[in-house]
Amino acid sequence: MIAQPEPKANVLARRDIIVAGLRALVRESGVIAEPRLLKPYETDGLSAYRQVPLAVVLPETTEQVAAVLAFLHGEGVRVVPRGAGTSLSGGALPMADAVVVGMMRMNRILDIDYANRFALVQAGVTNIGITQAVAGDGFFYAPDPSSQLACMIGGNVGMNSGGAHCLRYGVTANNLLGVRLVTIRGEVIDIGGDYLDAAGYDWLGLITGSEGQLGIVTEVTVRILRGPEGARAMLAAFRANEVAGQCVDAIIASGIIPVALEFMDRPAIHACEAFAHAGYPLDAEAMLIIEVEGSVAEQDWLLDRIKEICAKFDPISLKVSQSAEESAAIWKGRKGAFGAVGRISPDYLCMDGTIPTSQLPNVLRRIQEMSAACGLQVANIFHAGDGNLHPLIMFDANDSFSFAKAEKFGADILRLCVEVGGCLTGEHGVGVEKRDLMPVQFSAVELEQQRRIKSAFDPHWLLNPNKVFPLLPSAAALPLAA
Amino acid sequence: MSAALAPADEAELIAAVTAAHDSGTPLEILGNGSKRGLLRPVQAARGLSAARLSGISFYSPQELVLSAQAGTPLARIEAAVAERGQQITSEPPDFSALLGAEGAQTLGGVVGANLSGPRRVAWGATRDHVLGVRAVNGRGELVRSGGRVLKNVTGLDICKLLTGSHGTLAVLSEITIKVLPTPERRGTVVLAGLDPAQGVAALSAALGSPYAVSGAAYLPADAAATVPSLAWLGGSVTLARIEDFAQSVAYRTDRLRAELASFGRAEVLDDAASVAAWAAVRDAVPLAGEAGGIWRVSVRPSNGPSVAAAVSRAFAARWFMDWGGGLVWIAGPASEDAHAAVMAAARAGGGSWMLLRGPDALRAGVAVIPPEPAALAKITASVKAAFDPRGILNPGRMYAGV
Repeated sequence: MIAQPEPKANVLARRDIIVAGLRALVRESGVIAEPRLLKPYETDGLSAYRQVPLAVVLPETTEQVAAVLAFLHGEGVRVVPRGAGTSLSGGALPMADAVVVGMMRMNRILDIDYANRFALVQAGVTNIGITQAVAGDGFFYAPDPSSQLACMIGGNVGMNSGGAHCLRYGVTANNLLGVRLVTIRGEVIDIGGDYLDAAGYDWLGLITGSEGQLGIVTEVTVRILRGPEGARAMLAAFRANEVAGQCVDAIIASGIIPVALEFMDRPAIHACEAFAHAGYPLDAEAMLIIEVEGSVAEQDWLLDRIKEICAKFDPISLKVSQSAEESAAIWKGRKGAFGAVGRISPDYLCMDGTIPTSQLPNVLRRIQEMSAACGLQVANIFHAGDGNLHPLIMFDANDSFSFAKAEKFGADILRLCVEVGGCLTGEHGVGVEKRDLMPVQFSAVELEQQRRIKSAFDPHWLLNPNKVFPLLPSAAALPLAA
Repeated sequence: MSAALAPADEAELIAAVTAAHDSGTPLEILGNGSKRGLLRPVQAARGLSAARLSGISFYSPQELVLSAQAGTPLARIEAAVAERGQQITSEPPDFSALLGAEGAQTLGGVVGANLSGPRRVAWGATRDHVLGVRAVNGRGELVRSGGRVLKNVTGLDICKLLTGSHGTLAVLSEITIKVLPTPERRGTVVLAGLDPAQGVAALSAALGSPYAVSGAAYLPADAAATVPSLAWLGGSVTLARIEDFAQSVAYRTDRLRAELASFGRAEVLDDAASVAAWAAVRDAVPLAGEAGGIWRVSVRPSNGPSVAAAVSRAFAARWFMDWGGGLVWIAGPASEDAHAAVMAAARAGGGSWMLLRGPDALRAGVAVIPPEPAALAKITASVKAAFDPRGILNPGRMYAGV
């Protein structure tokens, strides 16, 4: 288990005063302090870690967020921002002495502008909610994390969320125009706007993916894109991971950039097929889902070219979807992968490293060796175009020994990702989960540089504490900004 | 100013910055100096050039990743990736003609200034394609951020913060970028004779179509007349570019013409004419012959025409629009009055401005980019101190006193 520091006794002792102070700032139902009602906020998508917070506050306006933060800043109370609580890295894990600021009541779409191709939404609007609001007019919001039905755009900004289609459309950071940020002092700052590339420092880029360390985002201006005429997927099944990896290289080298290029290994294929009945090939060692866009004629032409390339790699099967329904079934298996693994194992850890794509066969081989050594099964799902690897480690949470083994296995995989030239996290964030691994990727000097940036925004380290940065020996060692 | 320091490698760069930090010596950070005329003039005892930090250190075409030292001339990188059928996605402009600069621009300069061309509107800015950096902060410390993989959210994104920071936070040593395949063919749908508002409406329709338009510009008649591949159309031109496989370009330009039929009869520029026309838009060739000040204003695209109209009322402006109307290029007298008119127009349009070219006295005396609100300016000062506590890196380049 990853260590959490002791809560501040002087904050716990003032709980009633703090709750009363919050009640003066938002409507009555917007402050939760009863233990029974706090229970749902004790964890997020990393459910092995649980801690009931001091209180939860649910503001409805930017002004209320500002008033809440100014108050908590004045009281020296820690703040944990929360969207839908779908973080897989413990990004929304509370602390006993922290107030959770839940953004779910700020769930309105404020403006949709097709001529200028943006939407202005509050932080608590769901990812899919943006696309649903514009889909009738042929538009969509591009980043599509697997949790898109539930996760909120504020959380997407916090984690710089990706998805299966970022090879073509980019991650959250590439699809934003502006945010409204509330600082820990309660100041409201508009960063960017409804236009491209505001002059000055790229605060928008820094805030995106900052995991709630720098402020709370209350409104987001996203780019919306017109959808393609159509899209179609195909499946290609291979006899070995190496061969599938070579096929990915050959597709990219041909000049075709598919909108999605997903890789699944044998355990993942079996788990997903049992769940989605998508016609995945059960005799394959590795499978690719390849999706292209355009008119029907363009899709046919691109898929024919991709089939020709795949054919050079001795495929077991090549299956081009013949309809929108077949494409949907293919994606249902992939997008439901986490649930599918959940059906065959009581619990699983979803890891999220990135590796240079050329390292895939090597990394998968070493993961299987580790799996055999520790006796835990693993299924691998891989965004092959961009190198983002999701090993799903299966374990039993009722067995503390099993969980400890799973955590160690996961950490070893991430160390391997860094060792081969990759990184600790491609899209889930550091959170609590990978906090103590940060020195694997960064030097002490580099971590200090990041800490000093954090201090510039949050001098007393009240925002989403004990995440992202490894704990320091004492609070006195925190670097304060000049 | 004494001769610029020119470290030959990263270790020498670290030593040079450390020495400047220890002695409190302000440095003007340069590559070959092609962008010295941008933003505010720097008051510094010495120059520090990264020009000798040159060379491509890593290139993996099948992984779409390239690393090069910061002083590598951009043209060298473009040639190297072109050999493998790839390109730098954000289409960085070359302002040598515009700024009267002689030195070849470097990768570090393009990233430091976050310069992006017409493809920005569809495929992102230079900052969207920077995957990793090695940089030396104002304390003389090596700071790495990002890496050589396409997807990375580990820690605070210092890559993005340094991109577009104009050398004020750290000196870039090595940069890793994402590259993409060069499309097989280009084609451009052209409408002639539209007024600015009609032109932007047509561009919005094009960018809102399912055909993946990768460039969208409007040139009034005087601007179009300066570009040989457009002058023959005789009037204003509204341009929408498609880049794709040959048969897709044929299909999509055809469909786009049909979709834009209500705006008039459209022509289609072939590959060679498209390349020439978009190079001219990218490098602001229509304004390169103008004396005086040059500005870039970024607004929501539908406000582009009103920005152009407002500055035209205030002075004899030459202008054109890129990014679907969202980027307004303006040339006019290099005066405080003209600058004030540009600022007012940008503010009225709800956007941002940059004084791209002007005499030193003007650049030192006006807000070359929008001032930050007080709460943000305080954070800016703290972040600057977090990288460069003694204020030795390009002091005053972006904001007076920062």
